[in-house]
Amino acid sequence: MTDTLDGGFSDPVFAAQGVFRAVMDAMARPGSIRQLPALAAPPTPLTPAGAAVALTLCDHETAIWLDPVLQAARGAVAWLGFHAGAPLARTPAEAQFAIVSAPGDCIALENFSQGTQEYPDRSATLIFQIETLSGGRKLVLKGPGIATTATIAPAPLPRHFVEQWRQNGARFPRGVDIVLAAPEGIACLPRTTRIEPQEG
Amino acid sequence: MYVAVKGGEAAIRNAHRLLADRRRGNRDVPALRLDQIVEQLSLGVDRVMAEGSLYDRELAALAIVQSRGDLIEAIFLVRAYRTTLPRFGYTRPVDTAAMLVERRISATYKDLPGGQLLGPTFDYTHRLLDPELAAGGAVETPAQRPADAERMSRVSEILAGEGLIEPDGELPVDRDVADITREPLEFPMERDARLQALARGDEGFLLALGYSTQRGYGRTHPFVGEIRIGEVELELDVPELPFAVPLGRVRVTECQMVNQFKGSAKAPPQFTRGYGLVFGQAERKAMAMSLCDRALRAREFGEDVVAPAQDEEFVVSHLDNVQSTGFVEHLKLPHYVDFQAELDLVRRMRAEHGRTPAVGAAETKEAAE
Amino acid sequence: MSARTSEIASYNFAYLDEQTKRMIRRAILKGIAIPGYQVPFASREMPMPYGWGTGGVQITASIIGRDDVLKVIDQGADDTTNAVSIRAFFARVAGVAVTTETAKATIIQTRHRIPEHPLGEGQVLVYQVPIPEPLRYLEPRETETRKMHALEEYGLMHVKLYEDIARHGHIATTYAYPVKVEGRYVMDPSPTPKFDNPKMHMSPALQLFGAGREKRIYALPPYTRVVSLDFEDHPFEVQRFEQPCALCGARNVYLDEVILDDRGGRMFVCSDTDYCEKRRDEGGVAANPFEPDEAAT
Repeated sequence: MTDTLDGGFSDPVFAAQGVFRAVMDAMARPGSIRQLPALAAPPTPLTPAGAAVALTLCDHETAIWLDPVLQAARGAVAWLGFHAGAPLARTPAEAQFAIVSAPGDCIALENFSQGTQEYPDRSATLIFQIETLSGGRKLVLKGPGIATTATIAPAPLPRHFVEQWRQNGARFPRGVDIVLAAPEGIACLPRTTRIEPQEG
Repeated sequence: MYVAVKGGEAAIRNAHRLLADRRRGNRDVPALRLDQIVEQLSLGVDRVMAEGSLYDRELAALAIVQSRGDLIEAIFLVRAYRTTLPRFGYTRPVDTAAMLVERRISATYKDLPGGQLLGPTFDYTHRLLDPELAAGGAVETPAQRPADAERMSRVSEILAGEGLIEPDGELPVDRDVADITREPLEFPMERDARLQALARGDEGFLLALGYSTQRGYGRTHPFVGEIRIGEVELELDVPELPFAVPLGRVRVTECQMVNQFKGSAKAPPQFTRGYGLVFGQAERKAMAMSLCDRALRAREFGEDVVAPAQDEEFVVSHLDNVQSTGFVEHLKLPHYVDFQAELDLVRRMRAEHGRTPAVGAAETKEAAE
Repeated sequence: MSARTSEIASYNFAYLDEQTKRMIRRAILKGIAIPGYQVPFASREMPMPYGWGTGGVQITASIIGRDDVLKVIDQGADDTTNAVSIRAFFARVAGVAVTTETAKATIIQTRHRIPEHPLGEGQVLVYQVPIPEPLRYLEPRETETRKMHALEEYGLMHVKLYEDIARHGHIATTYAYPVKVEGRYVMDPSPTPKFDNPKMHMSPALQLFGAGREKRIYALPPYTRVVSLDFEDHPFEVQRFEQPCALCGARNVYLDEVILDDRGGRMFVCSDTDYCEKRRDEGGVAANPFEPDEAAT
């Protein structure tokens, strides 16, 4: 049983810097997998990688939305409150970050804040805690940050993800961005990334 | 050659050494102590605290010494320090009616509850240089009387009793107070954010703008309802505690400008207000701020925006002296790469000009960047 | 610093407090996700003046770690005074390794130039930006320019460039030459000479832009299409120098004109000092031996 007070970064300044660089590199090179140099040790269902990303980016200035599984986990909610200090968003549309512990059951992406045409940066960043970046269905990616193509195979993903992601891209410059946090590392899908259609 | 290919480091080191020497000046003259500055140059300290947005006399005094008395440089030093400080929370709004008043004057009433209190003002001094100060003569202790225990109600409350003045601005319940140091500015601004920007704005800039409204560039028909200077209590709500925690006292200057208003489609005829609140004793700044605040409310009252002082983007984008001084002074940085590109262009266009007389003069990019 | 002073004022690793770094990091991520779009951020006062690289410094301070190797250039040179000052700042507040060698740096902060040596995948180029809004000199109001970006309404910029052509027969913008990013946002490349614009296109390095006073951050992810605005009948072209660098003999690089005397004597040398030194070390041809060290005072 993890205590609320334990499990944060042991060296907060450098852990946050290292995790941020991994997220930045992953966001700049979609589909590339980055190992996190530091992990958190949160209560379940938060994962070490997902929590590390959250601690790095969230604080009392950012409202977080938690998926129903996480909302019900009092230990995880208290841990996030103590270590990140971030307020909980009442609705997904109000959140700057969302932590999704069961991406397979995630609500539709369009429910999250998409930003506005004038301020497309005011959109949500979704942190998907996933099981694998290589064991799922193969996704071939194109777009800024990718020289030719990149391939990842994340799982689990929301239902009809490829179609949802196409719609997300069609809203550009509005749209959400995703951080995929797995035990093997992280990868990112900024809104500019296109998933190439696959046969079958 | 200040862009020396080698030797930049040595040049900077030597420049800093020379600066330290000039700052200290003649070593036979005793070095200034911070308490001397705090005590004897207190209005300079107040300005640095106000525009530096950090209430700490000792740090402000240190900044003044370090900057050799260049107050904009001192403000910059304080800002660059305060920006690194963690934010613990936001105090409750200060209650200036509960102020321990040292000065309080109203131009709209001959007398009023609580009375007129001149306080430590230059107002009626004759501006004659005083050789006795140079001689360092003894100074009398001031006349004193016990402070009134009651709240000293504000002129705006007196007018409000009759319904003649617009009420105090209220923050919508679902909105947290703005913080211009944590959120990027967005135009049009809410009044709370704008007042914050004005409170740390350059005194000279606001003074000139306030003056311009008096000369007809966005007239606001102002009366000094009241100016008060004194100490107010700061209190912080802590979620775990059932009461507000007192943090200490700060000296502030508050100016409530009362402005005649004939009414518009958006608001009935009434007195409106311009508001100024500044750290320390800073009457000129508080008055200029309240003139600008009122002028900038033109949109709210359905007035035409015709003058610079009413133009929010113009005023707020240019009032910060740390920003202005940096960008103006950056012109002395090397720009030779871009200048080279311009040299090339001007030579080319002059050559072309010789060939085709009809072509106009070269237009080059105006601002060096 | 006296013991007393350090008691009343102390600073974090890389100067910025962690809360500020998080805020800037969030802005950087959104900038990367929306290439060429200017993300507003709550820029802080820095211990150097606004206009002297505070935007770039805030970005560098927010991304830099203990293992980074930092290079700082101004006008292409490592040893211009402001570059020296910024490099010394990071050496002091972050204790990081610094270098003048482009290839060895993980983070390169720059003002007005892109290094001649091609950048690689592991590198981040951080630009100092004075006026991030490419439309600012055409429309001073933020409220208006924001609408133009939202509606992708860039007619004003094309009109301006075309007026140049009508008057001068060619576009008379030589630096801060606007680009279009991934076919969507018109972006200011910072006041680099337009000579450097093509280097931004499909660069393997991540490019981050910071405007401190104007409170904007924007980004170009690696391998992003960056096209200089032009017209079919007046394609974009960079300036060409007639002679090679007088020190190293390099061609197709950006040159500074160095005045040798007051009788019109001048020479042209590489603006990128590291590139020039490398070439000379490797036996590049010096057309005109000249020792900059001795000219410095």
